[in-house]
Amino acid sequence: MNTDAALSVLRTSPLTGVFVTLLAYKLAVLFNRRCKGHPLSNPVLIGVLLLLAWLLATGTSYRDYMKGGVMVQMLLGPATVALAVPLYGNLSRLKRAAGPLAITIGFGGLVGIVSAVGVGWLLQLPQQVLLSLTTRAVTTPIAMSVSQGIGGIPELSAMFVILSGIFGAVIVKPLFNLLGLRDDMVLGTATGISAHGIGTARVFQLSETAGAFAGLAMGLNGVVTAILVPVLAPLLH
Amino acid sequence: MIETLLWLVGYQLAGELISRTFSLPLPGPVLGMLLLFATLALRKSVPESMKLNVPRFLSHLSLLFIPAGAAVLAYRDVLAGFGWQLIVVLVLSTTLTLLLPGLLLKLLLARHRHQEGA
Repeated sequence: MNTDAALSVLRTSPLTGVFVTLLAYKLAVLFNRRCKGHPLSNPVLIGVLLLLAWLLATGTSYRDYMKGGVMVQMLLGPATVALAVPLYGNLSRLKRAAGPLAITIGFGGLVGIVSAVGVGWLLQLPQQVLLSLTTRAVTTPIAMSVSQGIGGIPELSAMFVILSGIFGAVIVKPLFNLLGLRDDMVLGTATGISAHGIGTARVFQLSETAGAFAGLAMGLNGVVTAILVPVLAPLLH
Repeated sequence: MIETLLWLVGYQLAGELISRTFSLPLPGPVLGMLLLFATLALRKSVPESMKLNVPRFLSHLSLLFIPAGAAVLAYRDVLAGFGWQLIVVLVLSTTLTLLLPGLLLKLLLARHRHQEGA
């Protein structure tokens, strides 16, 4: 028997990465249901924790895991395109609220940049970290390319995006309940602006309308941020 | 399912192509979403296969973010190096960016409806 070789195949095969990701997600969804959808049992949060536990327990490196992980991640592109369908389903609401939505997303883009850089500056984080924080609120591919363009660290920006997306997805519902913000359009738009795709996935569980507006806000805030950040970044130099 | 994938991947590719040709700051998928939305609005309907499959596909959107989350493993030392400051920044900034636009939109919508009603 050649157990070592077999185990090594298991650890480095792309299929293992795909399988473990699907399994982590499945378990996270079951856990979320068992917790009756409690915000802290968010499937992205639990799924990532389960996956990290597996990687640490088996000594698999992130790079080896991603040979398979990337196959799952690749579906993010078509999924983003698919957000057009629920958005179209909300066309009449979108038309009626176009003005307020445009103002809110423009304003939200600015808040996203200034709040992250402002707090970071007050806490005296180094300049390169501040530059990497400018794109905290937008979807990963925009964050990485914009951050690179202004002299930030793209990988660090991606981490900020993912961590704050998970945090935003966890707190948005309790926070908005607390403040009596119950309109699905408001919930979705704010979530898309602050917590991009991970937040969008979260509010899709709550309502399709919220998910549709989250997708729209995520995309448009990406545009706003990609335009504003290169203009504002010289202020940090 | 095949038809749905042809639509989605096709629009993503179109998005990538346009984004790169004109060096736009938008990534291909986001541009693809806006293009597909424009197409559906012109067409005034959603193709049957997408009507059926897209909601099912999007109900598992969370799955697609799990691999990216594992990158924490690769960057844990960098992240740990900034410690509590980084947690404060991400928590405060995410909360503020949820809250302020949310309140603004609520206010604007209330005024908007009021004007439309008047």
